[in-house]
Amino acid sequence: MAILLDEKTPVLVQGFTGRIGSFHAQEMIDYGTNVVGGVTPGKGGGEHLGRPVFNTVKEAVRETGAQASVVFVPGPYAADSICEAADAGIEYCVAITDGIPAQDMMRVKRYLRLFPDEYRMCLTGPNCAGTISPGKAMMGIMPGHIYMPGKVGVVARSGTLGYEAASQMKERGIGISTAVGIGGDPINGCSFQRIMAFFENDPETEAVMMIGEIGGPQEAEAGAYVRDHMSKPVVAFIAGLTAPKGRRMGHAGAIVSGAGESAQEKAEILRGCGITVCERPSDLGEAMARQLNG
Amino acid sequence: MDIHEYQAKHLLAKAGVPIPNGGVAHTADEAAYLAHEIAGDRWVVKAQIHSGARGKAGGVKICNSDQAVRDAATELLGKRLVTNQTGPEGKVCNALYVEAATDIERELYVAMVLDRESEQIVVVASAEGGVEIEELAEEKPEAIQRELVDPAIGLLDFQARELAFGLGLAPGQIADAVKTFRGLYRLMRDHDATMVEVNPLVATKDGRLLSLDAKFGFDDNALFRQPKISELRDRAQEDPRETAAQDQGLSYVGLDGDIGCMINGAGLAMATMDMIKHAGGAPANFLDIGGGASPERVANAFRLVLSDDNVGAMLVNIYAGINRCDWVAQGIVQALGEIELNVPLVVRLSGTNVEQGKKILQESGYPIITADTLADAADKVVSARGA
Repeated sequence: MAILLDEKTPVLVQGFTGRIGSFHAQEMIDYGTNVVGGVTPGKGGGEHLGRPVFNTVKEAVRETGAQASVVFVPGPYAADSICEAADAGIEYCVAITDGIPAQDMMRVKRYLRLFPDEYRMCLTGPNCAGTISPGKAMMGIMPGHIYMPGKVGVVARSGTLGYEAASQMKERGIGISTAVGIGGDPINGCSFQRIMAFFENDPETEAVMMIGEIGGPQEAEAGAYVRDHMSKPVVAFIAGLTAPKGRRMGHAGAIVSGAGESAQEKAEILRGCGITVCERPSDLGEAMARQLNG
Repeated sequence: MDIHEYQAKHLLAKAGVPIPNGGVAHTADEAAYLAHEIAGDRWVVKAQIHSGARGKAGGVKICNSDQAVRDAATELLGKRLVTNQTGPEGKVCNALYVEAATDIERELYVAMVLDRESEQIVVVASAEGGVEIEELAEEKPEAIQRELVDPAIGLLDFQARELAFGLGLAPGQIADAVKTFRGLYRLMRDHDATMVEVNPLVATKDGRLLSLDAKFGFDDNALFRQPKISELRDRAQEDPRETAAQDQGLSYVGLDGDIGCMINGAGLAMATMDMIKHAGGAPANFLDIGGGASPERVANAFRLVLSDDNVGAMLVNIYAGINRCDWVAQGIVQALGEIELNVPLVVRLSGTNVEQGKKILQESGYPIITADTLADAADKVVSARGA
């Protein structure tokens, strides 16, 4: 078992026929993901990469039984695509798109709250590398071969830093149950805390690697959850020690704008919650190895 | 993206937010004429640069006559002002804002920001204006009022009234306050702002409520649908390296250190800078080349990093997922063919097509120091810098 995604999950690709959507949909299929079709408004009825294309998500869900969707739709239109997926009954949506306006995401989050808990779509991203359950399936843009199947859950804001963690663990023979990118935007889908809760309840996950960065309250929130509710060990790293206050470091959300948002402060908060925090990003694999070997 | 005070004031006025009478001037004659138009006997002449703390840098002058306005304008126009936010090179003043001086009774504070915790817009107000709001938040959190705004409903009048009464305003000032708060919220919503801060909001001796200075932050991701806001951009106020980077689709932030960085991914870039610091060095910049970078984009990024004279050594760290190490290597070799490399260069490549990438660097014959891991790369670049 893994969280959110496995080899059986029927996956739709929104923005299927575009250049980026096509490329990554093919990579996902090659990795073994059960891609059942795609959506591009106006191109419905055709076929692409050997899978059917639909005009609307609702139609695609009805015809294919899709339960998950991955969004490659460009920034100006992506928020609408996420809402369309939620309305069509998609259970899990990964938004890869970078550049969605923050106020659009604000509306997406409010729209999702209109659904009762049991029907509410789970969203990760936007501006993320996606989700992979190694050896089973991938919804995203990551290089699949650097992930080894195993028992550590990974949750990261950054895509490339997630790759760094996965490869440092692989070098030490440590595999991953599921790796989830939650993205670098100020307003995103699932928070660190939500993903932590999924890992806590997943019998196959034995420990969790959490990779945060400067800006926002989510790392501290997750820390409190780990302290109060989690039985599994957590190893963490917070990027952005050298980031000056008030400057945006690439990610729209990576900006220190208030108390508790710098890398030093977040690391202190997490340590206070009993989490092992790596000083250096080169220690991720080693720290997890020590944690697992007691 | 930042805008000038005069542009912010123009937005406020259009949204019905009360501000002092004033206008923008580009010459001393215009400034004197404006003062005459505004009337009264006291004016403030303010340098228009993208920075706060202009008063301390001599960028704000109070004038009692036409001649004084003219003299202040002559002095400020074309001058470089150095504040604690501009860096030592300062920023050039090409425009002035001339407005009627205000007799201030009380200074207040109001701001609206995108609140990441509630994922809504929050209004923050305090009766203690003219101070650093963050210091206040730490020392006297009870002095700050907060109201959340539901995006589907907007700011309601009663919320604005609650804030106004909470600020201790007189009954006669409540209508102005409601107009101010509602106007600010409309600006925020309609222009995709991420922040609007009025500091100070003042109660005047004659009983009015005026916004004396306003600062906006706009969402770069929404500029595609805000052409009027995009036009307010003033490139003369921006770091030329950051502007050049942006034009090439690169994300660059200039810093004070001497180790130039070229990395893919914002998280890995930050982490690599952290490693440099742990190894005893200091990064000269943040630079994310983004995903799927072509050799041309890489070459541009490479030149950009080296265009900073402070750079004494350079580190390239690539973990290629959707990038390709061979393209990155081609870009580096292309750039090295055009410029003379006077500083040590350390390159770490990992991920997609790494073997081809390493081969291209090796066969190029340039003196490139290679590294296999993040730690190795940081150690090598810091010791190369020291050598």
